[in-house]
Amino acid sequence: MDLETWAKVVPELPKLLQGLLVNVEILLGLISLGFVVGVGAALLEVYAPRPVGFLASAYTWFFRGVPEIVLLFLFYFGFDQFGIKISAFLAAVLALGFRSSAYQAQIFRGALLSIPAGQVMAARALGLSRLGAIRYVVLPQALRLSLAGWSNEFSSVLKDTTLAWGIGVVEVTRQASYIRATDFTLTLPLYLTVALLFLVLTYAGNFAIGMAEKRLRVPGLEGRR
Amino acid sequence: MPLLRVEDLHKRYGHEEVLKGVSLTLEPGETKVVIGPSGTGKSTLLRCINRLTEPDRGRVWLGDLEVTARGADLNKIRAQIGFVFQDFNLFTHLTALDNVRLGLLKVRRMGRREATERAMAELERVGLKAKASAYPAQLSGGQQQRVSIARALAMDPKLILFDEPTSALDPELIGEVLSVMIELAREGMTMIVVTHEMGFARSVADEIVFMEGGVIVEQGPPEVLFRSPKVPRTGEFLRKISELYGEAG
Repeated sequence: MDLETWAKVVPELPKLLQGLLVNVEILLGLISLGFVVGVGAALLEVYAPRPVGFLASAYTWFFRGVPEIVLLFLFYFGFDQFGIKISAFLAAVLALGFRSSAYQAQIFRGALLSIPAGQVMAARALGLSRLGAIRYVVLPQALRLSLAGWSNEFSSVLKDTTLAWGIGVVEVTRQASYIRATDFTLTLPLYLTVALLFLVLTYAGNFAIGMAEKRLRVPGLEGRR
Repeated sequence: MPLLRVEDLHKRYGHEEVLKGVSLTLEPGETKVVIGPSGTGKSTLLRCINRLTEPDRGRVWLGDLEVTARGADLNKIRAQIGFVFQDFNLFTHLTALDNVRLGLLKVRRMGRREATERAMAELERVGLKAKASAYPAQLSGGQQQRVSIARALAMDPKLILFDEPTSALDPELIGEVLSVMIELAREGMTMIVVTHEMGFARSVADEIVFMEGGVIVEQGPPEVLFRSPKVPRTGEFLRKISELYGEAG
């Protein structure tokens, strides 16, 4: 693995970055989907009447219990069985997004439960509806408290995007394998480069979340983590 | 017409009957102080009035509006009844100003500018205009309770229910909260105050209500209750509580 081999990776960088962009797109899709569904599932688990709350718990149990690669296959080939054509990209976003929502739901659920009941009572006493109390009093606090745990989930799913390789999405690791097929001496430098790209992305993402955390910090909320 | 009418309220938690038929009326501008040993249903009574706790039996009227009616618009009713909690229950993520403003914006649907002006005026009324941008965690207990009083006042309530408003405070912070409440009583605010502060009860209560075991044992003007209670137990409790909490009145 001399300098010469490394030099041969440089011309391939555009292809790798092109692949990485797909990973970032999957990430943005899955984490947004996971956020919306995760918040919903957490709210249902905490506030909805028993049967609905139970369904939400069953949902998170399923998506936390099935291996990600199996979820990818289930979504990609499953839809196909029912005659619904979806792209491998969309299947990846959905499978990984629903999986992430189950983990995110756990983060939000814990945060929701940590908001003192007295504040909800005070909101109701002002004349706010139950939904109003959740929206204006509980959620803004719970989401702030969730940020630390959420940055963990972010780091985790960022790397999970490479699993989309398994259903044929041409993301960065698949690009790497294409390049590698043309010249096997590039194997190690290629994958080291991919590793480096993810290290940078993880750092940048967590830096951004850290900034958000600082901006959203409120005295009295940060100490309860 | 009385401003508030409570008729035969009952509430049971499991085997324990906390309220065993409580009735009272409140005229506009009246201040009633509810006293009694802990666990005798005073807080439950207040919470049943705006149905933060659902009473098992009995009826409540706010003016000619029945609060306990089936299908009563509870959010609308609660917006007219201020509630001040023992442990303040300020919204942690909001500044003092936003705590006071939330109800105006989201319940009263007031415009932003008007709501801000109103909230600032209420903060000034409790002497905390300078703390408008402070978060609850940056305020002392006494200041937090005054913000929570401003939050209740901003809604223009017909009456305010105070649930042991000074019980969670350090002794040196009680005075600032009591003086705000005394001022309110003098201005003619209608209020029910659950408290052990006998000095406050003596100086501002139109009537003192002594509760024990889920019922009202005796009620009457402070001078009557303090000097010549009809029920011996009332005198006994008043003496004990006065010894314990001092008697500033």
